[in-house]
Amino acid sequence: MSALLEYRSVRKSFGEKVVLDGIDLSVRRGEVISLIGASGSGKSTLLRCTNLLEPIDDGEIVFDGVDISEPGLPPDPVRRRVGMVFQSFNLFPHMTVLENVTLAPRKVLKRPKGEATERAMTMLTRFGLAEKANDYPDRCSGGQQQRVAIVRALQMDPEVMLLDEITSALDPELVGEVLEVVRGLRAQGMTMLLATHEMGFAREISDQVCFLKDGRIHEQGPPERIFTMPSEPETRDFLARVIASGRM
Amino acid sequence: MTRTEEGAGAFASAPAASPGRLGQGGALTRRQRYERRQLVRSVLTAAISTLVFAVLLVALVTRLETWPRVRETFFDGGVFGDSFMPILKAFWLDVRIFLVCAPCILVLGLLVSLARSTRSPVLFPVRALATLYVDFTRGVPVILWIYLIGFGVVGLVNTRSFFGGYLFWGGVALVWTYSAYVSEVFRAGIESVHESQRAAARSLGLSATLTNRHVVLPQAVRRVVPPLMNDFVSLQKDVALISLLGPVEALRRADIIQDRTFNFTPFVVAALLFISVSIPLTRLADHLLAKERRRMSGTAVR
Repeated sequence: MSALLEYRSVRKSFGEKVVLDGIDLSVRRGEVISLIGASGSGKSTLLRCTNLLEPIDDGEIVFDGVDISEPGLPPDPVRRRVGMVFQSFNLFPHMTVLENVTLAPRKVLKRPKGEATERAMTMLTRFGLAEKANDYPDRCSGGQQQRVAIVRALQMDPEVMLLDEITSALDPELVGEVLEVVRGLRAQGMTMLLATHEMGFAREISDQVCFLKDGRIHEQGPPERIFTMPSEPETRDFLARVIASGRM
Repeated sequence: MTRTEEGAGAFASAPAASPGRLGQGGALTRRQRYERRQLVRSVLTAAISTLVFAVLLVALVTRLETWPRVRETFFDGGVFGDSFMPILKAFWLDVRIFLVCAPCILVLGLLVSLARSTRSPVLFPVRALATLYVDFTRGVPVILWIYLIGFGVVGLVNTRSFFGGYLFWGGVALVWTYSAYVSEVFRAGIESVHESQRAAARSLGLSATLTNRHVVLPQAVRRVVPPLMNDFVSLQKDVALISLLGPVEALRRADIIQDRTFNFTPFVVAALLFISVSIPLTRLADHLLAKERRRMSGTAVR
């Protein structure tokens, strides 16, 4: 029972529509879990609930031993420890790359400007973004923007990263550079929860794969099993459609 | 060459040079030659048409039986010369009122818009008051506020000091009314910042206040500069409403001279002075708006 993150019967509806219908999932420290499934299956909502951007209706989300789904719990201390990267990057367009990645460390962690800049530049350099540091996001390619968004989240030293379809808005030739960053994170032992449509990547990088449909985890297991011999008909059906569309 | 011939020629000469670039050996591309011809043609057409129109207008107006009287009443050279300097001096007061009121309006308008976008239940009274203020202020004509505050409040305070004078309270009335309009412009700007920007900031652990200050407001303010300029163009003219209270600014000065000379040229002088400020301001607003539109949509569509 050394789960860093644990979901217990998590339920959520938007009005009449049930988006999470009793999710049970346990994420250990250093584990990488991929959430796959059609659009609207609840993958993104689960990630947004984990970062408390959406409240859940019922159940519990326990992070490092604390029930973070407790209504009225201050969300900011939790968010500091949980990094999130969005499908459409969501960089701040009025700030340079460097300002984007140092804003939260300076204002939330109160790191001095010099130190924050130094740490940011070290990481930007490692990800090949050093020469973009003083450019505005609209001067960067989609792949560069998404890598900046990852750096921005990492600068808070999160204990878990939530990646919400981070390659879905990218041109195909730019997907590789972003996935390479995620591979690097895995090599460093970062705990990650990713919603993705990149089946090949999910298979390569994950310890566990969860197939979601209608807000429920229909099947969960190691990638080799899920992708080669899924036991549930829904999973087989979904994967057959993915293959038919040429995306795997 | 007619349009069809041009089109046919365009299809005939096949090797396509990309538009906007020089063709081989520095010669103009077929697109550039076409655009240059079009430009010359439209400039010439516009010039000739304007000239003909102007000549007709002048001929028509000066031929009117009443023209000499109209000219005497509104465009008397002697009165113009005599009244220009006094009115210009009085206009300087309008400019100063504008320069003092405009920053106050920006600050108050922004504060009101922020008060209206708070969410905390403790601040409900603040929110309600701000909403009431905006609704009431915008629901009443500016000129009525000038009377209410300019005459009404002045009657309650000591009129000896500057802060009890008509000038001061007239300025207060302008700030009071315009801040309500400007706060709505700011609020529209705040609401135009996409929710995903807030989500990104909050996901990094920034509080609601920090998110507003560093992420939402800087983007909102940039977006509302052009519409704000429009409000300030009207403010620049509405400053003249203060003349109703007595301070001798341009309109009042023109009125005084008119009383003496029974000639309306001083009003034309005042009008020209207001125009000399408002037209450049309007053009600046248009320019900023166009720039913002270009920034948002990439390239302009012809």
